[in-house]
Amino acid sequence: MTLELFAVYATLFLLSVGAVFTLVAAIGLVKLNDPMTRLHAPTKAATVGIGAFLLASMSHSFALGQGSFHELLVLAFLFVTAPISANFIAKVNLHKRACDMPDAPKHDEMWSTLDVPESDRKIATEKNGPATG
Amino acid sequence: MNTAIDLMNGAMMLSFVILGLSQLMAMVRLVIGPDTGDRILALDTMVINAIGLIVLLGIAQGTQVYFEVTLIIAMLGFVSTVAYARFVLRGDIIE
Repeated sequence: MTLELFAVYATLFLLSVGAVFTLVAAIGLVKLNDPMTRLHAPTKAATVGIGAFLLASMSHSFALGQGSFHELLVLAFLFVTAPISANFIAKVNLHKRACDMPDAPKHDEMWSTLDVPESDRKIATEKNGPATG
Repeated sequence: MNTAIDLMNGAMMLSFVILGLSQLMAMVRLVIGPDTGDRILALDTMVINAIGLIVLLGIAQGTQVYFEVTLIIAMLGFVSTVAYARFVLRGDIIE
């Protein structure tokens, strides 16, 4: 009985944490005004938010007396893949020159993600404006 | 015990509302997003919020049948985000 009560309170706490983090992620996605800043809001906060919801689901199943650890699998998968997809989206931002561009590398001509083939270079500059961004 | 369960149900309803709201906010970013990166990010966030909604549905109904659904949607979401990004970066998905 005491254990079940504890599980109910844990579910309550984890649900609240998840709701707060998800809301912060969504507000950040809408309100921030630079592509890279926008990228960092949902990729971090939403992962923690969904992680809290998954843990809440686990502790709820313990409260019902049929405990399971299945959700940990989804949690691990999300925690592994979220940084990878964030890295890909950051590379897209750099590629499209949508953010402040970093300085050119010291020992090379340009960053590899901007290194379009000679034949496509005209199209790339036409679409994205001058190369200096 | 009963107050705790009532509180938990309230938190669950609140989480449903907040997840729906953040889904709407991500849709706003999907429509207005000035660049491709923002649109990919909005779609990725919407997939993650959809996983959260399904998990909440599982909590509300007290079942565990939705576990496989969340796993498959998580995998599909990751693969589709990477596919979109690779298409923008390389002009092709599988070279």
